[in-house]
Amino acid sequence: MNKIGYGIALLIALAAPVLGGYPPFLSKLLCFALFACAFNLLIGYTGLLSFGHAAFFGMAGYAAGNALKVWGWPMELGILFGVAVAAVLGLVMGALAIRRQGIYFAMITLALAQMVYFAALRAGEWTGGEDGLQGVPRGKLLGLIDLGNDLTLYYLVLAIAIGGFALIVRIVHSPFGQVLKAIKENEPRAISLGYDVDKYKLLAFVLSASLAGLAGAVNTLVQGFETLTDVHWTMSGLVILMTLVGGMGTLAGPVLGAMLIIALENKLGDLGLFMASVTHIEWFNTLGEAVNMVTGFIFVACVLLFRRGIIGEIIARFAGNTKPA
Amino acid sequence: MNEIFGVPLPAMMSQLLLGLVNGSFYAMLSLGLAVIFGLLNVINFSHGALYMMGAFLAWMGIEYFHLNYWIMLVLAPLVVGLFGVIIERTMLRWLYQLDHLYGLLLTFGITLMVEGVFRSFYGVSGQPFSVPEQLSGATDLGFMLLPNYRGWVVLASLVVCLSTWFVIEKTKLGSYLRAGTENPKLVEAFGVNVPLMVTLTYGFGVALAGFAGVLAAPVIQVQPLMGQNLIIVVFAVVVIGGMGSILGSILTGLGLGVIEGLTKVFYPEFSSTVVFLVMVVVLLLRPAGLFGKEK
Repeated sequence: MNKIGYGIALLIALAAPVLGGYPPFLSKLLCFALFACAFNLLIGYTGLLSFGHAAFFGMAGYAAGNALKVWGWPMELGILFGVAVAAVLGLVMGALAIRRQGIYFAMITLALAQMVYFAALRAGEWTGGEDGLQGVPRGKLLGLIDLGNDLTLYYLVLAIAIGGFALIVRIVHSPFGQVLKAIKENEPRAISLGYDVDKYKLLAFVLSASLAGLAGAVNTLVQGFETLTDVHWTMSGLVILMTLVGGMGTLAGPVLGAMLIIALENKLGDLGLFMASVTHIEWFNTLGEAVNMVTGFIFVACVLLFRRGIIGEIIARFAGNTKPA
Repeated sequence: MNEIFGVPLPAMMSQLLLGLVNGSFYAMLSLGLAVIFGLLNVINFSHGALYMMGAFLAWMGIEYFHLNYWIMLVLAPLVVGLFGVIIERTMLRWLYQLDHLYGLLLTFGITLMVEGVFRSFYGVSGQPFSVPEQLSGATDLGFMLLPNYRGWVVLASLVVCLSTWFVIEKTKLGSYLRAGTENPKLVEAFGVNVPLMVTLTYGFGVALAGFAGVLAAPVIQVQPLMGQNLIIVVFAVVVIGGMGSILGSILTGLGLGVIEGLTKVFYPEFSSTVVFLVMVVVLLLRPAGLFGKEK
């Protein structure tokens, strides 16, 4: 069943540009799908709510952008540098945040990420401040294949995203992943079984941060620029929403959630114009500017009505469990 | 003694006062968060948005209905509190049995909605809000010039915070509340209407945020996103102080405001991050927070 699902998803992903999808937009979708999967590794499989994942996504983007644009590094090294920066940042933030549990963990990650945001705002020569880092070159894959072609880049991004996703699947099903699940279900019990819970949490945090960094670095490559939006806490909120909509603790959920939310963000303006023309309510014309309000509404609806998310709800139906989560 | 470490005394004093003013807001907001968390086990992310709402309601009352500042100082927090009661009754109520994270996520969504609504009407530019005439001007204290309004902010917030402390720690009503925090089932068995108490507590907590918003309106630009950065700083304050103690929240809030004010004098470039840096140090040295007991 899973294999069929993966096969269909892969076919769709391979055929999407041919079927009329705009490759840069599809690439962006993939970056955010990977970002959400990385985030899900923490919330869905370790039970840690990080409210600061934008820091990893954005700082990896800045790091990769500088490596590629300013220092002229090859594409592969630039991406790896972005991942490395995210990993180090994850190690520091994680080590601090795991000193407190539950709700405090979320507040600490949020506060630390805000610190990173202020640092990015201040370090103008490195981040471009309010203007952002513009004109990041795409370079060549292995020094041979020119990535200037949107379609070529899309397939590269697809390969990277699949690689990241496969790694997450591997982590989740490994003995290490089982310990993480044990921590999520019952932390005191995991401790009493002799697991060094803090070590496991920290490693999960670093892995999640690194993968989020990979997504951020590739996203910069795709967009050709990096701005403060990607480090801001609204981005941390957005990745939570993607995971929540798709289904926390499901493998495919964050992918679906990311696609829906990014598509919604991009098409909300059009939707508003359409609604305005159908209903003649002037207000809908401004819907495009009200993205935050709509995401807020979806947040509330998800938390109150379907906490399992779309994929989670489907899985529960198949298991014959129709009670609300 | 006209200089301290090369900084002129009046400049230093005025920054200290600004720090105390900010500290008063931190204190009121973190107090509200602590009171809510104690009974509901919910971290109210929408605290910043409701603070903004308080300020905006005050502005609207004066702008559209020509009411004065003093009426709005009472009315705006009441409306915000009522809004809180509605949120609690219609939404938060359903989440108490679940992981605490859902409360945070719900209130985060509410934040985005409330801010979005105000933004769609008023944009992001600030609305003019003048200091009430009774409090305009400044008093010469000899060593510094004290703007009356800033003095009033510190005084009013201290009175509100200390009365809250008194009610919770020293009165019969407060003892119900504290008992409800410890063991809601048992308190309910004694005939106390715990669900009502929970609703009113949430209403009171957010009314405090609304009150802080009205106080802040004349000194901080009234605009839809004014609560955004504040709430994150207040979260850091809460992490530093821990939410176990009422007095602890008040002291931590004021203290961090002062530290922030002093940083503005000595290392201005660190003033926006100093609270977070303090949080890091506290996490390293005393992970449970200064006044904290881990739940």
